[in-house]
Parts: sequence; structure tokens; C-alpha cells
Amino acid sequence: MSADRTPPNDQASPADGGSSRTKTQGDAELIRFDSVTKRFGTHTVLDSLDMTVYSGKHVTLIGPSGSGKTTILRLLMTLLKPDEGTIKVGPHFLTHEEKAGKLVPAGEKHIREVRKNIGMVFQQFNLFPNMKVLRNITEAPVHVLGLDKDAAEERARELLDLVGLTEHLDKYPTQLSGGQQQRVAIARALAMRPQVLLLDEVTSALDPELVAGVLDVLRDIAHTTDITMLCVTHEMNFARDISDCVMMFDSGRVIEFGPPEQIFSEPEHERTREFLSAVL
Amino acid sequence: MNNWSWSYVGDIMPDLLKGLWITVQATIYGSLVSFALGLVWALLLRSPSRWVTWPVSIVVEFIRNTPLLVQLFFLFFVLPSWGLTFAPLTTGVIGLGLHYSTYTSEVYRAGIDGVPPGQWEAATALNLPRRRTWIAVILPQAFRRVVPALGNYVIAMFKDTPMLAGITVADMLFQANSISATTFDYLEPITVVGILFVVISYPTSLLLRALERRLVR
Amino acid sequence: MTSALWELFLKGLWITVQLMVYSAALAATVAFGIGLARTSRFWIVRFLSGVYVEFFRGTSALVLMFWLFFALPLLGWQLVGIWAGTLALGLSYGAYGSEIVRGAVQAVAPAQREAAIALSFSPWQRLRKVILPQAVPEMMPPFNNLLIELLKGTALASLLSIGELTFQAKLARLSTGQSAQVYGIILVLYFAVAFVVTRIMRLLERRAKASVGRAVPRGEGWFSRKLPVEQQGPEALATGGKP
Repeated sequence: MSADRTPPNDQASPADGGSSRTKTQGDAELIRFDSVTKRFGTHTVLDSLDMTVYSGKHVTLIGPSGSGKTTILRLLMTLLKPDEGTIKVGPHFLTHEEKAGKLVPAGEKHIREVRKNIGMVFQQFNLFPNMKVLRNITEAPVHVLGLDKDAAEERARELLDLVGLTEHLDKYPTQLSGGQQQRVAIARALAMRPQVLLLDEVTSALDPELVAGVLDVLRDIAHTTDITMLCVTHEMNFARDISDCVMMFDSGRVIEFGPPEQIFSEPEHERTREFLSAVL
Repeated sequence: MNNWSWSYVGDIMPDLLKGLWITVQATIYGSLVSFALGLVWALLLRSPSRWVTWPVSIVVEFIRNTPLLVQLFFLFFVLPSWGLTFAPLTTGVIGLGLHYSTYTSEVYRAGIDGVPPGQWEAATALNLPRRRTWIAVILPQAFRRVVPALGNYVIAMFKDTPMLAGITVADMLFQANSISATTFDYLEPITVVGILFVVISYPTSLLLRALERRLVR
Repeated sequence: MTSALWELFLKGLWITVQLMVYSAALAATVAFGIGLARTSRFWIVRFLSGVYVEFFRGTSALVLMFWLFFALPLLGWQLVGIWAGTLALGLSYGAYGSEIVRGAVQAVAPAQREAAIALSFSPWQRLRKVILPQAVPEMMPPFNNLLIELLKGTALASLLSIGELTFQAKLARLSTGQSAQVYGIILVLYFAVAFVVTRIMRLLERRAKASVGRAVPRGEGWFSRKLPVEQQGPEALATGGKP
């Protein structure tokens, strides 16, 4: 995982963490979208999208709702399938696999293998209400990674400590506040030790006074680990804080990207300016 | 007008209660069969393959839309000719279980569909295997929604057990009928049986309501 | 299967259909009468209709049929078999139907009632011109289910030796000894009737919905009969009933 944080040069550089493929360089690509198109009925959500995210970088996707940001995360999590194009995670295709030298649509087993590297935190938390907090976190490590129960619980306790919820491990999700549930969900995703963490509007469903707690936890993770983050958010201050690269989406395309200072202070694109003035 | 005789009621009570016990047994075993078989239908109907869902849905619709009594006759008269000879009660349990499984499968379907999509997505995001997703995440949550509705079908089945008298199972109705055939006095036996059904099924349905309030929060 | 046997089946089928139509007519009358009574302003009307519903849903239709056929004569009323069957089926399925009517009437938006009051309609006009036209389309799918259950219930009448389909099958079995064919055939016949009934009910639903300017979603499976398994409140649960 090279987290090469060279300062951005005059053009947006891959060192910002992401690129819409204006440049290539020997940096480690972790996620690569190649002309990915996704339609819902007649509505084209992603329009032949090219995008690269480099290892260890924190990339934030911004843009008006319906611009396709969340679709990118859901494609990566295999909750959706692209209509056209390919998605690569590390050296492997997520959407396809090579069989006898040919690219064929990926089978379940292949998808599971590639998907292991990706974790996701949802807008609505999606904790399992029938499991206590601790088991929410240990369930997948035990049954997917094959960790033994004690090791998984050990790890879960560490993560609960990280998100500041150690005393709640024996509660059911419904007994926690939204902010606490979301922090458990973050711990649950991290317990799988993913290379990439997808954050899908993780504070949108929270009461305003609970947002800060969740963002603090994420900031902490962003600054202390080398995990790659791909983040959809409306919290512009948070985006400015943690991002190496901000991508502005509109109508299924990346219309502008670069380091947060540049995007937030001197956006080049008219649409970006409009969007930022509306949300800031 | 025929006079109601309490002493006659007292005389026939032991036989009717014997019949009640058979009725209860048929209901319990029939329910268990329908719970298990219904789950099988429900899971098969979720198969991605049309080669599975089509035949299963035809079988399920066929059983659901034809009379239980005729199905019982079919099992009772036809199974032996296929070399499968069961006691009448066993045949009755199979019939009840099979018929009601086509209803419980709908209960399971609704219960499973009622689990929010986010739960499936979270299971995918954690890469949980399919089996594990079902066992640890989906079914436990569907369970809460399913129990009260299944309870309703148990009561419905209870009220359908008198049909087993048609295949010589010695249930309450059968007992009442054979008593009456010797005494030529139908009034008390049949009336008592009818009232026993109300006396049992009404409080049970009240209990179910209470259970539902508890489970569905 | 000889043509004589087919004649037997067709005769039985005709009586089955008659039994179903008569019972359905009675059940519909009971359903609307009791169902509307349960929304009455007077507690005694609500209470008595409630007792009716709980009693007839609580007991077994077959036992009721036996009672009407064998016990009632001892109280001085002799009923012809087919009327005992009709009465038993009509009274018990009417009790289930009344819950459908009550549910659909109560589901009409309160604002509709208020608007009708504001226009100073009489209670009867409110019911006939405003409430029922909106409630009836909602009743069609559950009535469809009830009608199929009723059709299945007509087979019970065979135990009173009424010459409907299941009884004719018994005769056919006794004369030919071919149980599998005989019962196989009449199961298919029952299924065919159920299918036709469902189609007709869907058509009526479409009509009823069109009359209040709403569309019916198409394509709900090839049989397109949906069971009411979603929770409908405690009242529906009290039935313990299939319909």
C-alpha cells in the first residue's frame, strides 16, 4: 500500500488519490472503472465512467443527488451490476473473471473472493437487529474469514474501543442511538480488515447532534490507518478534512476533480461552483 | 321439540374427549408438517431458476385451490394402491400438512420479503455466505413476523380436522356421529362438538393476538 | 372412464356450482349486513354482530353443517340437504366476509366521510354514494380468496350425501374402483372452477376500480390470487381463518 502523498502539481495528479484518468503513473491503482455505464430503465445514472482510486487515498465523491455517486459505491459492493464496462479491484476484475484467457462475467465464487477486500458503511446502518452489538461485529470474521471466536471477539473489543462503545457490546442495536449504531457499523466493516472502506452518506440519517461523533471516529481512522476510503457525503467540512481528492459528479460523469483546497476554493467548473454555493 | 338431556351429555363426554385428543394430535402433527413443508416451498419459490419455480408454483397453486376433503380421499384411497399404507390418522396428518403448507409458504414469503433490503445488502457487504445469511440474518428476523400468521393457520387447521372423520379417523365429529348412529339422538353430541370448537378456538385466537402484540413491535 | 362416468361428474359439477352460487349469495348478504352492523353507532349492534362473527368463525363449518342437517330436525326444522349445506357455508363464510366489508369500509379515508357530511348527505347516501364505491374495489381480492375457500367448502356437503362433485366421485370410485383416476379428475375439475372464478373476480375488480378511476396492476403470477398474510390488525388475527 503506497500512500505516496506528493503535493499536487499543476494538474490534478494521481497522487491526489484519484483520477478520472487524465494521467497515469506507476502508483498502485486499487480501484479502476473502465467506461462503466449503469442504467435504471431508460435513465442513465453512470455514463461511460472512467475512474481510478489509488491505494491508501481518501477520495470523496460530491455532487447533486441523483448524480450517480452512491451507484459507484453500490457497484463496487456488487449490490448492483454494471450494464457496460469493467471494474477492477487490485489486480482482479470485480465484474469479470478470466477463464481460459477470456473475460467472462464473474461467478459467485470469484466475486466473493474479490469482495473480501471491500467494506461498506450504509446510510441506514443496516445492523442486524437480531444480534447483539458484539455478534454483529464478529459474525462475518468468524464465518467468512474463519477466525476463531475468541480472536474475533478480541478484535471486536479493540474496534469498539476505537469507536468508543466498549460498554455497549452486550446491547441490541435498537437499544442504541443512531450515532452509536453507525459507529458499530463502522467497527463491523473494519473487522473484516478491508483494503477499501466505502462510506455511503453515513451521517445523512442521523440527528444533527449525533453527526460529530461519527465523523470524529472516521477522521481518526482516516488519519491513523492506511485504509483506502471512498466516501459519498454532504458534509463538506469533513470532506475537506480527510480527503486527498474530491471528485465532483454531475449527470453520471466526473466533471472536475482535484485536492480539496482546489475544488473548494477555486473550482473551475460552473456546475461545481453552483453546487458548492448551494451546500456550503 | 326434543329435550336437551344433561345426563346424556355426561354419558357421551368421555368419548367426545377421546375424539378431542385425536383432533388435537392431528392439529399438532399437521401443523409441524405444514411449517416444515411450507418453508421448503417458500425457499424453492425463491430459486433463480424457472425450472424450479414453475413446477413448484403449479403444485402449490393446485393444492391450495382444491378441496382438502378430496385431497384426503385421494391420499386415503390411492396411496395404498401405490404400496403406501398408513393409519388413517397418519394419512390425515399428511393431508392437513400438505394442504396447509401451501398457505404457510405464503406466510414465509411475506415474512422474508418483510426483512428490509438493507439487511441483505449488509450481509453482502460483509461477504457472508448465502447459507449463513439465511440462517443468521434473514430467517431469525422473518420469524417474528411469521409466528402470529402461522398461529392463525393452526387454528384454521384445527377447525378443518373434522374432515378427517371422512377418512375414518376417530376425531370428535366421528365420535359424535357414531354415538348418534346408535342412540338416534344427534342433538347433544353434535351441539357439544360445535361448542367445544368455539370454546377452544376463540381463547386461542385471543392468545395469538396477545402474542402478536408482543412479537410485532 | 366411460361417458356414463363423465355424465356423473358433470351432474356433480353442476350441483357444486349451484351450491357455491347459493352459499355465496347468502354469504354476501351476511357479510354486508354484519360487516356494516359492526361499524354501527350503537354499541349493542356492534356487540351482537361481533358475537355472531366470533361464534361462526370459531366453529367448524363441517360441524355446523352436521348440526343443521342432523340436530336441527330434532328441534323441529327439517332441512333438505342442499339447504343445510348452503346455510352452513353461507353463515360461516359470511362471518369471514363481514370482516372484509368492515375492514374495507373503515379503510376509506375519514376525510371522505367528512366531505359527505359537509355536503349534508344522509347516512344512507353517504354509504351508498361515497363510502361503498370506494370500499368495494378493495373488497374484491379478499372476496376472491373467500369464494375459492367457499368452493372448496362445498365438498363438505358430500358427507351429507348431497350429490355434488365429491359425492359423485365417491359413487364413481365404488363402481369402478379406480380411485386415482376418479379423484385425480375431480381435483382438476375443482381447480378449473377455481381458476375461472379467479378470472371472473379479477375482471370484476378491474371494473370496480375503473369506476373509481383506478388501475389494477397486472401480472401477479399466473394464478393471480394473493393470500392476505400481511398483518391486518388484531381483528383479522382473531379469525384463525384461512380467508
